[in-house]
Amino acid sequence: MIDFSPPKPIKQMNNVVETVAVNMMRPVSRYFDENEHEIPWDFINFMHTAVKSMGGISMAPDEKKEKKKDADKKKKKHPPIGYQRLAHMVEMLSWGDAGMYLCVPGGMLGSAAVSAAGTPEQKKRFLTRFMGDEPVFDAMAMTEPQAGSDTSAIRATADLDEETNEWILNGEKIFVTAGDKALEQSNGFIVVWATIDTDAGRAGMRSFVVEAGTPGCSVTKMEEKLGIRASDTVSIVLQDCRVPYENILGSPTVKKTTKGFKGAMKTFDATRPIIAAQAVGIARATLELLKEELEKNGVTIRYGTPRQKLTNIEREVIDMEVQLRSAWLLTLKALWMADNKIHNPKEASMSKVIGGDVVVKITQKAVALLGPLGYSRDMLLEKWFRDAKITDLYEGTGQINRLVVARHILGYRGSQLR
Amino acid sequence: MYSFSPTEEQQMLLDAIGRYAENDLRPAAREADEETHFPPNIIEKGWEMGVLQASVPDEYFGFGEHSAVTGVLAAEAMAYGDLSGTLAVMVPNLFVLPLLFCGTEEQKQEHIPPVIEAEWKPYTAALMEPKFDFDPNDLATVAEADGEDYVLRGEKAFVPFAAEAEKMIVYANLDGETQGFIVSADGEGVEVGQRQKLLGLNALPLFTVNLESVRVPQRDRLGGPEGHDFAPIIDSSRAALAAMAVGMSKAAFDYAVEYAKDREVFGVKVAQKQAIAFMIAEMGTEIEAIRMLVWEAAWMLDNGQREASKTAYLALTGAANMAMMVTDRAVQILGGHGYIREHPVELWMRNGRGFATFSGLAMV
Repeated sequence: MIDFSPPKPIKQMNNVVETVAVNMMRPVSRYFDENEHEIPWDFINFMHTAVKSMGGISMAPDEKKEKKKDADKKKKKHPPIGYQRLAHMVEMLSWGDAGMYLCVPGGMLGSAAVSAAGTPEQKKRFLTRFMGDEPVFDAMAMTEPQAGSDTSAIRATADLDEETNEWILNGEKIFVTAGDKALEQSNGFIVVWATIDTDAGRAGMRSFVVEAGTPGCSVTKMEEKLGIRASDTVSIVLQDCRVPYENILGSPTVKKTTKGFKGAMKTFDATRPIIAAQAVGIARATLELLKEELEKNGVTIRYGTPRQKLTNIEREVIDMEVQLRSAWLLTLKALWMADNKIHNPKEASMSKVIGGDVVVKITQKAVALLGPLGYSRDMLLEKWFRDAKITDLYEGTGQINRLVVARHILGYRGSQLR
Repeated sequence: MYSFSPTEEQQMLLDAIGRYAENDLRPAAREADEETHFPPNIIEKGWEMGVLQASVPDEYFGFGEHSAVTGVLAAEAMAYGDLSGTLAVMVPNLFVLPLLFCGTEEQKQEHIPPVIEAEWKPYTAALMEPKFDFDPNDLATVAEADGEDYVLRGEKAFVPFAAEAEKMIVYANLDGETQGFIVSADGEGVEVGQRQKLLGLNALPLFTVNLESVRVPQRDRLGGPEGHDFAPIIDSSRAALAAMAVGMSKAAFDYAVEYAKDREVFGVKVAQKQAIAFMIAEMGTEIEAIRMLVWEAAWMLDNGQREASKTAYLALTGAANMAMMVTDRAVQILGGHGYIREHPVELWMRNGRGFATFSGLAMV
């Protein structure tokens, strides 16, 4: 039965997360924007304790736990809501501060990959560290200087040293979100994408877990960015970096199929709508502030009035509300599908397309509508304008996601629609 | 608990409506538009799907319970076939649902069963007015109390089937509030004007109606002497029209997708060009996003949510924009062929523009 009410556990969690966003994020939002590369430890330590008490969060909910929950829930007839809950949390934290949200320990893309593709042993080895006393971070190292959305162009290599039974990793990775915190600031790990067979194209692509402190793996550059400055984005060089044989995620043999690669792409079915949730959080913050400021200045929005009678500002705000709400609902639907194991790559990319579009439009319009106030750093609006753009870029640009959506609608393979 | 899947019962209804839309409405749509007439047997067949009958409780001779969610799902599925045809089939909603929402017990007993029990008949409503900034909450048509009666004066437009209607609900401004009055179409002072010629909706007979001091007894004021709240009526109208915009846009979208996969250009299909594929991706995304907003509005209406009225307004606002974008692009994807009346996309584009204007033409 069609139902738009958030499940009770999500409502309760949302109240808590909102308190965190209001009290621990907003007050220091400007500071960590102006002091790039400083780390918001107070927030991180708080979140670490809070998240631990909740049993941890991750981009990909732990399957075993989910299965157990599923079994429990079958008795009570509660369908799974893991991704929907995560979407609400990410939305609210991004409403607080999109850069600081990316500093939440233990919930990044590296652990998502381990959750999605790791063996039970690997999950135990790599994921239990998040429940320790100190906050621990993880990251995904996929992009290379010559390979962004076209991940099949990745050149980093992994060669098996059969004598020592170790993989030797070589290559350069860029745009690793939270890579510094994963490798230098905690006992974390990164998941590195490399090829085990340079002639095999996508079929040879595998991911490897590289733990903090592994010789041959170093952070070489901290990027200076347009926005989300509280979050570190780093370059990593792998030079004869040796990791144990067991650190490979997925099968070590190269088959002619691209099944392994497609499996990796499946992670996007969850991560893309999560980025959309981040976009929606920033957009909601913006729209709320915009409406507040307009109201202070005597502008109220007359909902229900024909457009011919509205002022331009009213029409702009109403259109923003339509965009924001519809993008959020599509995001929720994509994740509801993921929770219910309904195949969702089309909806996942749709939500990413619309989320990125909507937040960029809303933040750009809001800055303009508030004139000199919007453009000033006295308010957070200009920061959100800068933060917003990342959601249209990472986890696949808006354009890559349009391609994915179009392929699914048209029933085309990559070779038919390039 | 979020859920985006219709109930089994709703799904069965949707399957039936889907077949009707595809096998009856769509094949008749072009000729109906050209001949400015929808075949009555097809309207009757649509009526017999029982969408309205199923939203009326059995004490008024229906066989169900009202649900805006079921209503928007049905409207969306039917409008996939043809918009004029769907509006025609659902015209009695404009009379019955305001009574169901706002009528007194006596009014319900008196007026609902004759509509529900019979074959399709043009019971209708008059809300819109011929002015550029028409506002349903600020009508130019006025109602004045005169002893035990009310006297209505003003000019209405876009009144479906007014010429053959038996009864209609006329909306008028009574001391600043929009109030409904049950009026006999052949009553004194009710002058049905010329059939209107419009950009779209050619198959739907729409008329101007002049109200020359039409006297309405108090017992025919919707809701009795105390009157009624107008919100449930306009909210339902917005949700219905938004749902139809989604269904019709989906039709244009699917047609354009099929064409783009079939048409060769420069040795490939036109859909293989990113310029076209990106348009398609955006159309599909926008339809799905607005669709969720329409569903949410309907769900809010059913559950008495505080933001229901606002959300219904937002849903129609978004749906009107989306419908124009999608139908325009559908024509664009067909190129010059889209401009030719052999294809239905130009019809959808003309109808698509209407959602910015239509008000009170449908209810769920």
